Amino acid sequence: MKQGGRFAQRRIAIWAASAAASALSAAAAWGDEPYGHAEPGQIGFQAPVTDLARYLQWFHNDILVPVTVAISLFVLALLVYVVWRFHEKVNPTPSRTTHNAALEVAWTILPVIVLLFIAVPSFRLLTMQLTLPPPDVTVKVTASQWHWNYGYPKDEGNFAFDSFIKDDKDLKPENGDIRLLSVDNEAVVPINKVVRLEITSIDVIHSFVVQSFGVRVDAVPGRLNETWFKADREGIYYGQCSKLCGQDHAFMPIAFRVVSQDKYEAWLTDAKKKFAAAPSAVRLAASADEATRQ
Amino acid sequence: MATDAVAHHDDHAHPTGWRRYLFSTNHKDIGTLYLIFAVIAGLIGYSLSAMMRLELMYPGIQIFPTISAILAGDGSIDAAKNMYNVFITAHGVIMIFFMVMPALIGGFGNWFVPLLIGAPDMAFPRMNNISFWLLPASFLLLILSMFVEGAPDMHGFAGGWVLYPPFSSKVGTPGPAMDFIILSLHIAGASSILGAINFITTIFNMRAPGMTMHRMPLFAWSVLVTAFLLVLALPVLAGALTMLLTDRNFGTTFFDPAGGGDPLLFQHLFWFFGHPEVYILILPGFGIVSQIVSTFSRKPVFGYLGMVYAMVAIGAVGFVVWAHHMFTVGLSLNTQRYFVFATMVIAVPTGVKIFSWIATMWGGSISMRAPMLWAIGFIFVFTVGGVTGVVLANAGVDRALHETYYVVAHFHYTMSLGAVFSIFAGFYYWFPKMTGYMYDERLAKLHFWLLFVGINVTFFPQHFLGLAGMPRRYIDYPDAYWQWNFVSSIGAYIAGVATLVFLYTVYEAFARKRVAGDNPWGVGATTLEWTLPSPPPFHQYETLPRIVGYEH
Repeated sequence: MKQGGRFAQRRIAIWAASAAASALSAAAAWGDEPYGHAEPGQIGFQAPVTDLARYLQWFHNDILVPVTVAISLFVLALLVYVVWRFHEKVNPTPSRTTHNAALEVAWTILPVIVLLFIAVPSFRLLTMQLTLPPPDVTVKVTASQWHWNYGYPKDEGNFAFDSFIKDDKDLKPENGDIRLLSVDNEAVVPINKVVRLEITSIDVIHSFVVQSFGVRVDAVPGRLNETWFKADREGIYYGQCSKLCGQDHAFMPIAFRVVSQDKYEAWLTDAKKKFAAAPSAVRLAASADEATRQ
Repeated sequence: MATDAVAHHDDHAHPTGWRRYLFSTNHKDIGTLYLIFAVIAGLIGYSLSAMMRLELMYPGIQIFPTISAILAGDGSIDAAKNMYNVFITAHGVIMIFFMVMPALIGGFGNWFVPLLIGAPDMAFPRMNNISFWLLPASFLLLILSMFVEGAPDMHGFAGGWVLYPPFSSKVGTPGPAMDFIILSLHIAGASSILGAINFITTIFNMRAPGMTMHRMPLFAWSVLVTAFLLVLALPVLAGALTMLLTDRNFGTTFFDPAGGGDPLLFQHLFWFFGHPEVYILILPGFGIVSQIVSTFSRKPVFGYLGMVYAMVAIGAVGFVVWAHHMFTVGLSLNTQRYFVFATMVIAVPTGVKIFSWIATMWGGSISMRAPMLWAIGFIFVFTVGGVTGVVLANAGVDRALHETYYVVAHFHYTMSLGAVFSIFAGFYYWFPKMTGYMYDERLAKLHFWLLFVGINVTFFPQHFLGLAGMPRRYIDYPDAYWQWNFVSSIGAYIAGVATLVFLYTVYEAFARKRVAGDNPWGVGATTLEWTLPSPPPFHQYETLPRIVGYEH
């Protein structure tokens, strides 16, 4: 689908200028492939970096899209044919046929078969998404109006930090910063490790999503949702809050940086020092949890 | 006294002027009121969306500070962001409760269910009056909510038409704007329940001799199924709203985890209403399109019984699929499996309907008059909206598309194109009957093509935006999404031009006063309303018609 995105770009000249500008900034940061965010004029999914996202996108692009496009075109073709073939000028005397048992059975059974064909990969994908493998790393994600907080539990450093959107004036496009996506503190996770996310909220409902990971789950107050991913490419991957949560709903992006195990450990050491002292929303969340239990 | 009135009802003067409408117990007058109300609400709802598209035409925040300064007296960026969310909320509520439902059920339902089944009026004419007049009150409360405090220091309720707590509870919206919305929806719900009871009673008890259930025209069937959905679904919404009201005002904690409640309980209750609600919006359209396709193909409906029971099946299964709106809230694997399966089942009766419409046309003698053009347009756009529904039914894929513009595209293909096309199809089909005047068909066709192009240009690119990850309900978006947003906005302006053409078409028809005649559509129009004069007399069927068998 990424190829489709570029194809559309070439075709439509009016888009060239902004496409070039964004491609430049993306290329500066991550080489040729824009990973982790959309490219200008994109018509398909963002590039996947987990097997889960790859399977999801294969199922959508190679199964669902052909089936749905075929059905739509089939109906369109029938409509066009019927209007042309049975126009009153061509066919002045209408038939009185109102029943055809075989036909009616056929158009009931055929959709069932198509749905069964879709259901097999669909249920496999669903099972993959909701069956958590044993985690290597756990990150607790706590949403609030209007930022995210990432907590690393005891065995990984026992610290937590807030992640806010970067102001427009602080953006450095030359470093790969993207308006509305870049944040002050990214969550950092190691490559090729199963990362388990525990997600909750301390005020209203928010929703956590990173499209390249194929992950989305709501942050609901009073609940601890979980999901997982295993990213196999280094880089920064963005998402945006996906449940309407108030005035700054569009301004609380999610950013995950996937790094090598070595860099991850180095980052943990630094982050422990940097964030251990700072008070954070996670503690507020913990006290809210306690209040709930009482 | 009562017998007196019946005996002499042609002698005494009908109320005239404003009394005729305010005190009306006449199903046609009340239907007209509903239609006028729907047009006004639709224009307001469209204006809201036009301003949203104007804002989204370019990245950054452009016009909402000005709008917020005018409406709320606060031109700050924060107030602008809040006002945008107030607009998306009001757009959704207005289009669902004050445009599509009044047009299809209140408007065409009131006008044509009695005419189609050979009844002199609705079963409860006075209840019919209050059903309508509750709506303007409800609408007023909704509009008022935009001008009082909602979120702290902000005007209006900004949480979307789904009203999810805790954003809609004291946590997110401490101000009274949300209470206005709750009362507004309570009243709109009461109006719809009263209307639904009226339709069910009328259809069960007041069919003309010989008009058996299985001879009833499909629009009457569709309203019957819709009325049952309303009676079963709306009380659940009313319950959820009442719980929200007491949470907000009387210290209960139904939806507050701190008191042992659960925000997801509201979502379950809301969607137990909300999913049947979307079939409430589209089923009457199915009925209208069936009759139009049959009329202009000069053929009886193909597979009549299949069509009837497909609607019944869609209505019934519609009650057991609600959590497919909640695949991302953290439901268990088996729960999600069930809702994927149940949702996919709905594709089967929907397919039966689409193929039966085409089979009705097959072998017919098709006359491409304006209503037929709208009906065929409906079949195509509804198919597109339907297949993207099958995509979203897969919980695994919904994980990538939920709450993105893909969903916006999907439900606008079924509602903004589907339901609205069926409304216009019905409007152009029955306009000569309702008014006695014929409109200019060239204008009606121009209206179709402008709207068809406009709406497709608006919503088709939104599939791309959703796949690329753009979330819905966003006042501003990363620059990469600019191109398709720009295209989408252009489409919305074309749809606006189409709406002006619509208003002119209606004006032109009333100005020219071309006499339509009893039946302008010829031999294909076999239902009872075409046997009456256009417009029909104030009271019709004083001698009940006798139905002697259709070929089904």
